[in-house]
Amino acid sequence: MIEPAKKPARRKVELDPRFASYKGVWVFIENERGAVHPVSWELLGEGRKLADVLGVELAGVVMGPPGEATRGFCAEAFHHGADFCYLVQDEVLRDYRNEPYTKGLTDLVNACQPEILLLGATTLGRDLAGSVATTLATGLTADCTELAIDPESRCLAATRPTFGGSLLCTIMTQRHRPQMATVRPRVMAMPDRDSSRSGRIVEHPLGMVESSIVTKVLEYLPDNRQDQPQLVYADIIVAGGRGLKKPENFHRVWDLARVLGAEVGASRPVVQAGWVELDRQVGQSGKTVRPKLYIAAGISGAVQHRVGMQDSDVIIAINNDPNAPIFDFAHYGIVGNAMQILPALTEAFRAHLAQARKVG
Amino acid sequence: MHSVVCIKQVPDSAQIRVHPVTNTIMRQGVPAIINPYDLFALEQALRLKDRFGGTVTVVTMGPPQAEVALRKALSFGADEAILVSDRAFAGADTLATSCALASTIRQIRKNMPVDIVFTGKQTIDGDTAQVGPGIARRLDLQLLTYVSRILEVDHGARQIRVERRAEGGVQVLRTALPCLITMLEGTNEMRFGTMADMFRAARAELKVWDRLAAGIEDPSLVGLKGSPTVVGKVFAPKPRALRAEMIETATQEPKDLAVTLLAKLFTQHPRIERELARRAV
Ligand SMILES: Cc1cc2nc3c(=O)[nH]c(=O)nc-3n(C[C@H](O)[C@H](O)[C@H](O)COP(=O)(O)OP(=O)(O)OC[C@H]3O[C@@H](n4cnc5c(N)ncnc54)[C@H](O)[C@@H]3O)c2cc1C
Ligand SMILES: Nc1ncnc2c1ncn2[C@@H]1O[C@H](COP(=O)(O)O)[C@@H](O)[C@H]1O
Repeated sequence: MIEPAKKPARRKVELDPRFASYKGVWVFIENERGAVHPVSWELLGEGRKLADVLGVELAGVVMGPPGEATRGFCAEAFHHGADFCYLVQDEVLRDYRNEPYTKGLTDLVNACQPEILLLGATTLGRDLAGSVATTLATGLTADCTELAIDPESRCLAATRPTFGGSLLCTIMTQRHRPQMATVRPRVMAMPDRDSSRSGRIVEHPLGMVESSIVTKVLEYLPDNRQDQPQLVYADIIVAGGRGLKKPENFHRVWDLARVLGAEVGASRPVVQAGWVELDRQVGQSGKTVRPKLYIAAGISGAVQHRVGMQDSDVIIAINNDPNAPIFDFAHYGIVGNAMQILPALTEAFRAHLAQARKVG
Repeated sequence: MHSVVCIKQVPDSAQIRVHPVTNTIMRQGVPAIINPYDLFALEQALRLKDRFGGTVTVVTMGPPQAEVALRKALSFGADEAILVSDRAFAGADTLATSCALASTIRQIRKNMPVDIVFTGKQTIDGDTAQVGPGIARRLDLQLLTYVSRILEVDHGARQIRVERRAEGGVQVLRTALPCLITMLEGTNEMRFGTMADMFRAARAELKVWDRLAAGIEDPSLVGLKGSPTVVGKVFAPKPRALRAEMIETATQEPKDLAVTLLAKLFTQHPRIERELARRAV
C-alpha cells in the first residue's frame, strides 16, 4: 500500500471543520444467508473499547432483507456491546451485492456521520469497505492487527504489518471522516455476551428498487464444509514451516494433528512450495487464528506469521535455532530437530491421552 | 473485446530481509516482479482475447523502472502497455492510487471503449485489496470481486456471468459490461509467451503518461497529497513480557523433552488437557 512517509506524521493536525460533527463508533454487522459473521461481534468488543476511550456511543449497522431474523441481529449486537443499531431493511439486500450495500452504507454515513467505521476483512467486508471509502473519499486501513485511540489527536491509530520484514506501522486518517478500518476474523477477542443488555433501533430506508440494480445473483453454492480446512475457528492447530525441509517430512505434522484432533496450518513458504493447500496458510496474507493450543514446528516466527497466531492461548515452538524469533513470543520452547521432536510428541500425547480417556 | 489489466511491480517479498540491528527493510538487490496475483488477471484477459479477439491493454502506475513489468506482460501476449509515471504520484495510498488509475482508464477508453477492467485480488506489498473496488467506484463500473471463473461472456448482449467466492460459498452473478473484475488466485496458470511476442516486447515503444496525460488536472488528488491515510510510527513488535519457557532435560532425548513438555503443559493448563481428552480420536 504505502511507503513510510519521510517525516513521521505531524502531531497537531487540524481536522477540517466540516468533519467536526462526526461522532461515534460504528461496526458493520456482516450477515449473509441468515447468519452473522462472528468477526462482527469481535469488532463490537473492540469498538466498545474505542467508544469508551472517546466517550461516545457504539452503534451496529445491520443491513438485510426485511424480517425477524434481520431485526434479531440488532438484539444480538446489543448483547455484544452496541448501544444502538441502525437498521436498513430491504428485499434487494437479501443477497450481498456491492451496489445496494454500498449505497445503503454510504447514505447512512453521510446522514448520521460516525467518526470511526469498522468492518470485517472478509470477502464481503473488503468488497464493501473499498467501495464505501472511495465514494466518501476517506482513508481506509486494511487488515489491522491493533486499534487504539491516539491520545493527542483523538484519531484512530490503526496498526498493521508493513511490507517486507518484521515491522509494524501505525496509520492514521487525520483530516478525513469517517476513519475506516478492516480487521480480520479472530484478530480481536470475542467479547462476553450479556443478554441483559438492550438498545434502541434506528431504521433507515434504502431507497432502491430491484429494477435499478444491474448485478443479479443467479445462484449460491454453499461450500461443503467437510472438504475444507476450518482453520480460523479451530481450537487446536499444529503448524509446520520451512524447517521441515521437504514435503515428505510434513507428514509428521499431520501425524501429531491426528492424535490431537487438530487442524494443520503452515507458514507461507510451505504453502508457496505446494506442500499444503493455500487455505492452511497462517499469517498476514493467510488466516488469523486464535486456538487454545498452537504448536509451531520449524517456523521462524516472522512478523507476517506472528500476527496470524500470536493471540493463541498457548504457543509451543519447536526450532533448532535457539535464537529464532518465535521463542520471543511462544509460551513453551523446545530447541531441537523437529523431525525427531514431532514424532516424540505424537507418541507422548498418544500415550497420555489414551490414559486420560480411560480414567475420564 | 477490450480488457484493461492493472498490474503492479512489487519487490519479491520472498527475498526481503530486515536488517538485524537497525530493523529497517533491506531492499537492495531484491528483484522486482509482477505482483503474482495480477498474473491471474492478465491470463484471464488473454483467454478472453483468445476466444473473442480484441485487445489487452496493461497499465501500471509506478516509477520508470516499472516498464520491466510492462514488457514482461507484453511478452505474455498483451497488446498495449501504458506506464503512468510522475513524481506527483509518489507516496500514494489506495485512494490516490485508484484515482490515478481510474483517470488513466478514462483516457484509454476515449480511444477504444473498455469492456472489462481486471485487477488482481490484492498486492503482496500492500495486501489491501482496495484498489480494484476503488477504480470500479470511480468509473461507475459494476464490481465483481474474488472472481474464480468466468462462465460466459455475451458480447452482443453486453452481459457476463461469473462465479464469485463469498464467505461460505460461491455466488453465481450476472452483470452488464463494462465491469471490473478482481481475479482470485489459483484460477489459471500464466502461459509462456510466443517467440514473436517476446521479440515484440523487447522492441516495443511503451507509452509513458505523466499526470496530465493521464487526465489528472488537480495534483492534490494524487500521490501523498491525495492520500487520506498517513503512515506514522514504524516499529518492531514487542517481545512478550516473558520469553518462552525452554524445555530442557538432562539427556536432550526427544522422548524426554516431549514427556517433560506434556507434564508442564498439563500442570499449568489443565483446561488444555481436558480439551484434548474430550476429543474423540
Ligand atoms: C507481504 C508479506 C506477507 C507475508 N505473509 C505471510 C503469511 O501470511 N504467513 C507466513 O507464514 N509468512 C508470510 N510472509 C513470509 C514471512 O515474512 C516469512 O518469510 C515466513 O513466515 C517464514 O516461514 P518459515 O518460518 O516457515 O521459514 P524460515 O524463515 O525459513 O524459517 C525456518 C525455521 O525453521 C528452523 N529449522 C530449520 N531446520 C529445522 C529443524 N530440522 N528442526 C526445527 N527447526 C528447524 C530454522 O531455524 C528457522 O527458524 C509474508 C511476507 C511478506 C513480505
Ligand atoms: N500502482 C499500481 N499500478 C497498477 N495497478 C495497481 C497498482 N496498485 C494496485 N494495483 C491493482 O490493484 C490490485 C489490488 O491492489 P491493493 O489494493 O494494493 O492490494 C492489484 O492486484 C493490482 O491489480
